Amino acid sequence: MGENKGLLQLREITKVFSRGTIDEIRALDNIEMDLNAEDYIAIIGSNGAGKTTLLNVIAGVYPPERGGKIIINGRDISGLSEYKCAQYVGRVYQDPHIGTAAKMAVEDNLAMALLRGKPRGLRAASNKQRRDLFRSALTPLGLGLENRLNALVGTLSGGQRQALALVMATISKPALLLLDEHIATLDPKTAQIVLELTEMIVKREKMTTMMITHNMELALRYGNRLIMMHKGRIVVDMNQEQKSNLTVNDLIVAFERASGEAFDDDSILLRRD
Amino acid sequence: MLDTIGNVLSFSLYEGLVFGFVAIGIYLTFRVLGFPDLTVDGSFTLGAAITGVLIVIGVNPFLATLAAFGVGLCAGLATSLLNTKLRIPALLAGILMMVALYSINLRVMGGANVSLLREVTIFDQVFEWLGLGADVWYAELILAGALVVIVFLILNWFLRTEIGLALRATGDNEQMVRGLGADTDMTTILGVSISNGLVALAGAVVAQGQGFADVGMGIGMIVMGLASVIIGEALFRPRGVARLLLAVIGGTFVYRLMITIALRLGMAPGDLKLITALLVIIALAIPYIQKKVRRQWLPPAAKW
Repeated sequence: MGENKGLLQLREITKVFSRGTIDEIRALDNIEMDLNAEDYIAIIGSNGAGKTTLLNVIAGVYPPERGGKIIINGRDISGLSEYKCAQYVGRVYQDPHIGTAAKMAVEDNLAMALLRGKPRGLRAASNKQRRDLFRSALTPLGLGLENRLNALVGTLSGGQRQALALVMATISKPALLLLDEHIATLDPKTAQIVLELTEMIVKREKMTTMMITHNMELALRYGNRLIMMHKGRIVVDMNQEQKSNLTVNDLIVAFERASGEAFDDDSILLRRD
Repeated sequence: MLDTIGNVLSFSLYEGLVFGFVAIGIYLTFRVLGFPDLTVDGSFTLGAAITGVLIVIGVNPFLATLAAFGVGLCAGLATSLLNTKLRIPALLAGILMMVALYSINLRVMGGANVSLLREVTIFDQVFEWLGLGADVWYAELILAGALVVIVFLILNWFLRTEIGLALRATGDNEQMVRGLGADTDMTTILGVSISNGLVALAGAVVAQGQGFADVGMGIGMIVMGLASVIIGEALFRPRGVARLLLAVIGGTFVYRLMITIALRLGMAPGDLKLITALLVIIALAIPYIQKKVRRQWLPPAAKW
C-alpha cells in the first residue's frame, strides 16, 4: 500500500442515515475512489446523490460505516474527529457565513486559518510577519482586502467573504481542498470572479481539489476529471481526455446510460445554462 | 455632604473592582463563548467558602485566595464537561452544577456560614505591609485595584494568543473553528473554567472584605454580572479585547454606584435583586422593541 502514489483513497465508503427506520437512507453506497496528487475533480449529481455526504465523510463531520477507509497521504483518517481531519482537509462551504467568523476581523479569521494542523500555543495570534503574509495572500484577489485586515468580516459582501473563505481554506496548504458548491449562492458576476480565484489558487498552490457543482457546463470546463454521482454511487467517472470533447448533452446521455433512468431536468437540477 | 459623596464613590469603586471579576467571568462565557453559564451563583460562594475554611484552619490568606481560583476552575471544568462530553445543554449543565454546589458549599463550611472577623485576611496582610490602618479610605481600593490590574493584564494578553483567539472564535462560529482544526470542546472547557475561576476569586475577596462567607452570598450573581456587562457595553460601546475588558469593569462600577445611591436614598436592601432583574429585562427588551417599532424581521426567541 505504501508505494501507492495516490493522495486520497476511499475504500468501501458507505453511509446510512436513520438506520432501521422507515426513513433509512443509504446516502453513500460502497464508494471506491482514488485521487492523485494535483487532481482537480468536478463532482455533479442530482439532489440527494450523496455529494455533500461524501465531502462530510472525508472531512470527518461523521464517520463512514464500519469497514470504510479514508486514506490521505498514506494515513488512515477514517473515524478521526472533524477538527483532527481538518489538518489534511480545507473546505469552502456553500454559505460564506459558515466558512468565516462575522464578529471577528479579517486578520483574526486568517490567523485562525493559518494554524490549521499546527499546535495552538501562547504566542501572539498575529504579529507583523503574519500580517505581511496575510496581505500577500489577499492581494492577488484584487478585492482590496489586504488594506482591510482590521475590518469585521460581517461588514464584507458575500463575494468578499467567500473569497476570504477560499484563502482561509488554502493558506496553510492542506493536502486536500473540498469545495461544496461554493459559488452557488453568489450572483453570476461574483460567482465568476470567485471561480476564477479558485482556479488561480488551485493552480498556483497545486492543490488537490474536489469541487461539487450543480452546473454541468462548469464541470466540463474546469478540472481534469469529472465524476457523476447517483443514489450514493459513482455512475460516471471521466478523465481529462474523455471529457474534453463532451457537450452537456453528451453528459446527459452518459448519465441516462449509467443510471438506467431518464434524465429529468426538473428533479435533477443539473443546470444547462 | 462632600464626605458622603466621597464615601459613596470610593465604596462603589471598591465594589466595582471586586465584582468586576464576576462581570469579566460572565462576559467570557455569555459574550465571548456564547455559553450561558449559570454555575456562577454556586462558584462565587464556593470560592468564599473554600477561602474562609482554609483561613480559619490557618492557611496563608493569599494561598487560600489562590485555592479559591483553583476550585472555581474545577467547578467550571465540571460544567463544561457536562456540556461538551455528555452533550447536556449549557444552560442545564450550569443549573445542575449550581444546585450541586449549594450542597457542596454547605459541606465545605460545615454549616451555613464561616466567620473571618478574628482571622488574618489578605486585606489585613496588605494593610500591614503598607503600614495603613483599615480606616484609611483607600486601603481596600489598593488591594482590589492591584488584583484587577493583574487579571486585566493576564486576560488581555491571553485572549490575543493563538489559544485565546480560538476561544473567541468558538463563540462566533463554532463550525468554522472545527473546520480550521481547533478543538471546540477544548476551547469551551478552557473558557468556562477560567470564567468560574475568576468568579470564585471574587467570592474569596468579597468574603474577606466583609468578614464572613455565607451560603446565600452567590444568589443573583449571574444577573448582577449580566447587568454590569450590559451597562458597560451600552455606555462605552467598546471594540477590541482591551477596551471590552475595561468596559466591563467600568460597567460594574456604574452598576454598583447606582445600587449604592439607591440604597442611600432609602431603597430596602431586599429589593436590590428585583431592581437588578428589572434592569436586565429592560436592557434585553429595548433592542426587540426598537425592531418591532421599525417593523423589522424578528427571530423567534431562543429556547436555550
